[in-house]
Amino acid sequence: MSHLARRFALVSAFVLLFALPAASAAKTSAPTTVKAGCELSVFSWWTGGGEAAGLAKLINIWNAQHKSCPFKNETVAGGAGTNAKAVLAQRLAAHNPPDSFQGHAGKELLDYIKAGQVVPIDSIYKEYGFDKIMPKSLISQITYKGHLYSVPVNIHRANVLWYNPRILAKAGIKTAPTTWAQFIADLKAVKAKVPGVTPLSLGEQWTQKHLFETVLISTLGPSGWNKLWTKGGNWNSAGVKTAIARFDDLLEHYTNSDAASLTWQDAGKLVIDGKAAFNIMGDWQDGYFSGTTKGGNLAKKPGVDYKWAAVPGTDGVYDWLSDSFTLPKGAPHPAVAKQWLAFLGSQKAQDTFNPVKGSIPARQDAKTSLYGPYLKWALTQWKSDTLVGSLTHGVVASNAWNSAIDTALGVFVQTHESSTFQKALVAAHGKNA
Amino acid sequence: MSAVEAVAAAPGRRLRRRHRTVGALPKLTALLILAVIVLMPVYVLVVTSLKTVTETDVSHAWSLPGVWTTEAWSEAWRQLSPYLENSMELVIPATVLSTLLGSLNGFVLSKWRFPGADVVFTFFLFGMFIPYQAVMIPLAQLFDHVSFPQGIPRLIFAHVVYGIPITALIFRNYYATIPNDLMEAARMDRAGMFRTFWSVVLPISMPAFVVAAIWQFTSIWNDFLFAVFVVTDPNQWPVTVALNNVTGSMVTPYNLQMAAALLASLPTLLVYVLLGRYFMRGLMAGALKG
Amino acid sequence: MRRIRRWGPGLLLVSPSIVLIAVFVYGLIGWNVRVSLSNWRQAQPHYHYAGAQAYRDLNEDTVWWGWNVKHLVIFTAVFIVGTLIVGWTLAFLLDKGVRGEGFFRAVYLFPMAVSFIASGIVWRWLMNPAPGDRETGLNAIFDKLGLHALANQWYLGQNWGMAAMAMPAIWALSGYVMALFLAGFRGVPEELREAARMDGASELRVYRHVVFPHLRPVTLAALIILGHISIKVFDLIVAIGGKQVVTMVPAVYMWINIYDAHDYAKGAAIATLLLLAISVLVVPYLVYTVRQERQT
Repeated sequence: MSHLARRFALVSAFVLLFALPAASAAKTSAPTTVKAGCELSVFSWWTGGGEAAGLAKLINIWNAQHKSCPFKNETVAGGAGTNAKAVLAQRLAAHNPPDSFQGHAGKELLDYIKAGQVVPIDSIYKEYGFDKIMPKSLISQITYKGHLYSVPVNIHRANVLWYNPRILAKAGIKTAPTTWAQFIADLKAVKAKVPGVTPLSLGEQWTQKHLFETVLISTLGPSGWNKLWTKGGNWNSAGVKTAIARFDDLLEHYTNSDAASLTWQDAGKLVIDGKAAFNIMGDWQDGYFSGTTKGGNLAKKPGVDYKWAAVPGTDGVYDWLSDSFTLPKGAPHPAVAKQWLAFLGSQKAQDTFNPVKGSIPARQDAKTSLYGPYLKWALTQWKSDTLVGSLTHGVVASNAWNSAIDTALGVFVQTHESSTFQKALVAAHGKNA
Repeated sequence: MSAVEAVAAAPGRRLRRRHRTVGALPKLTALLILAVIVLMPVYVLVVTSLKTVTETDVSHAWSLPGVWTTEAWSEAWRQLSPYLENSMELVIPATVLSTLLGSLNGFVLSKWRFPGADVVFTFFLFGMFIPYQAVMIPLAQLFDHVSFPQGIPRLIFAHVVYGIPITALIFRNYYATIPNDLMEAARMDRAGMFRTFWSVVLPISMPAFVVAAIWQFTSIWNDFLFAVFVVTDPNQWPVTVALNNVTGSMVTPYNLQMAAALLASLPTLLVYVLLGRYFMRGLMAGALKG
Repeated sequence: MRRIRRWGPGLLLVSPSIVLIAVFVYGLIGWNVRVSLSNWRQAQPHYHYAGAQAYRDLNEDTVWWGWNVKHLVIFTAVFIVGTLIVGWTLAFLLDKGVRGEGFFRAVYLFPMAVSFIASGIVWRWLMNPAPGDRETGLNAIFDKLGLHALANQWYLGQNWGMAAMAMPAIWALSGYVMALFLAGFRGVPEELREAARMDGASELRVYRHVVFPHLRPVTLAALIILGHISIKVFDLIVAIGGKQVVTMVPAVYMWINIYDAHDYAKGAAIATLLLLAISVLVVPYLVYTVRQERQT
């Protein structure tokens, strides 16, 4: 390249590099077509599948009713919000919060509450009657020091056993197991009579924690489970020891060896494809099994291609988790944000969002006709079951506690050293209860 | 033309025939086998992106599509294209600025030295190793403290700053191979620092610019961490954040993920193809010989 | 005075960069060290001095030595050695020129352009450890080619799983190392090679005694660059193995501590230890470079 050409290139590069960012800065400060400054910025990790679709429906309703304050959708993907939470932490630390952000209802929000980053919204509950229409035990489980900090949009159930009826028939199993002993017998039957099929399909570490949680609930019962999360909880008990032994039994004899390389969908698909008999997973599995292929789902027939039951030993117990929205301190548009929260708790919003998302409303006045077969079943159970909060999905344990259990479990799954695992659980309780 | 450059040019047929250690055919075979191995993951990416959702799972990784479709590509384009402009606005100024800065720094550190130049170089190099995740929160706060213009400008600034070490390394090593006689000649002509840089050093810097530009383009284009932490307005996000949103949510349609991944890497691949041969020439002229 | 006028402008030109690095790198490193010695173990910032408590906690962590560090050491060793070998071999094959050299160079350089976030999912499929009927990925290929013995657990392997995890990294960086070595090979003046041949050395001898010694600086530069990538490796691990203990490395554990468990002090301690480990690599390189400069 000649001297002149090179210098020209350099100069134009200089010009370009100042022009472009200036252009982009100008773009951001250009006024939008609505009243200057009013918008509702909502931060979540709902970027795909039924969640994004459900959110889109809510956005449409919101925008139609709030033309002057349009919805600004701020989403960052990453399994269970791992990236979103990190980005959110940075924004909260920088005092640049959104108008509302997503978080699992329960102790997961404790970090935000203790840091004073979210404000109580008891008034919204009272004004719109949420405290009357949502189950009392749910409300008490998300109340912290007498105050409420989030509005639950949906309820998912974690203790669900999914199974392939054809495989069960081949193994000579007539009905889904209801006790642990029956479960083990069934797993053994599958192993013996249907070779090449995994009795219980399992995925990566968090699904293993999910499985362990259901084993604990099944072994200890709801009150035993609830006690574990209090200061007086005893993780050194014989009950916990039995649960660990049962968990180990499952891991060593009835699950697939490549679990750590499978996502929860991969593990679920094994059941649908007839390569596994059972799978224990939350009820988003139903959305994956029965949803449209356009959304990346399997479009199978509930009750025909797959069936479900409560995890053996937990019938009558609803191991719940909930996506909820908060009111951050220093939200740019607090009045609008409050309207958003009120909207979220309304019957219209919950009955619009949940059928698409694949969950049930937190409210007890859902229009059952809108929901698919599994969700109809879940709705009836929600009315009468005992509610216990999920560990894996942030209801009963704070982030630090959850992380400690996660690490201990990750080590256990590799080493199978039960007493070390139990000691670590005791230590985690001591440090975090 | 230096001895180095003479050699760096194609070795010439004469050499090939007389001084082989390995015969031509075995060599070609080995290279082809290795090329196939290297391209295997690319094959899986391409093939999966052209399948329908029902065919995309790990058990069908190797098979060609039963039904060929570009639906994943059009969906990926729909989700990613609004952000491509942001990426362009980010990468081009950031790359140009950081390579220019690198050339200036490299020049001073190798040819217009000052006492402690090596210490400064060490000082820069160590900066290459900072684990960014640990400092994202204070970094974002630093920007807020000085009210730096929000959005892409912050990202450009961050990449230029954190690109200082590697660009300084590239240019310093490249300039070190310039014979000192050239510098002496300029000094004889009583040329000052800028004059020397502009008339003597810059004209022969092209290979190093290309080496540095390719490195910076690649790392800035593919960066996710800075983009998602430093830019809070979703409209301003570069394509990698959008890519993560496509690939990272609850239900993952694999054909869409792979199409999006390929789409997001096309510009970088294009840069490689176009500038690939300059890359080789640049390295051969000592840009990273150490 | 004249001397200062000579190098003054240089120092001035570099000073903006010095300031920027001082603030954005060393300032933040300083903040990081401060946090690691503080009592900031939850979401709200706390900056009270707490001594080396976080480091002690890290030392006693079940996953730190036996998992994080062990995994990192295996990964680093296999990655660096593997990339050097493959890159070197490619460069050696290409050195004397071959038909379609441009094509081969482009092919081998390609992988570096694909971000791990993208290629992670593909590698998870390739390295799939599913047994029996569900066998797929590379294991399936091995079986088809009759190489049953090669089929293995890949990154889930108990002891050498992380060696398998190094494979995608080797794939991505070999082309770049190939380019480095090719430059090194071709940077040897032909006169030197001719002189050795005149003395009756075989071509292999020429390589051993003339070419390879010239490769020392290139190898060292490659080592440094590969080393710093390896110690900070995050995207690759998360894309393939998620945040599981079975593939845990310090950078991922650091993320977990900071952003999941909100234990900022412990996360900062990990970062500081990583930096210390890295400086062990950088210092020899710099001492060597400086010494080299003084010799010329």
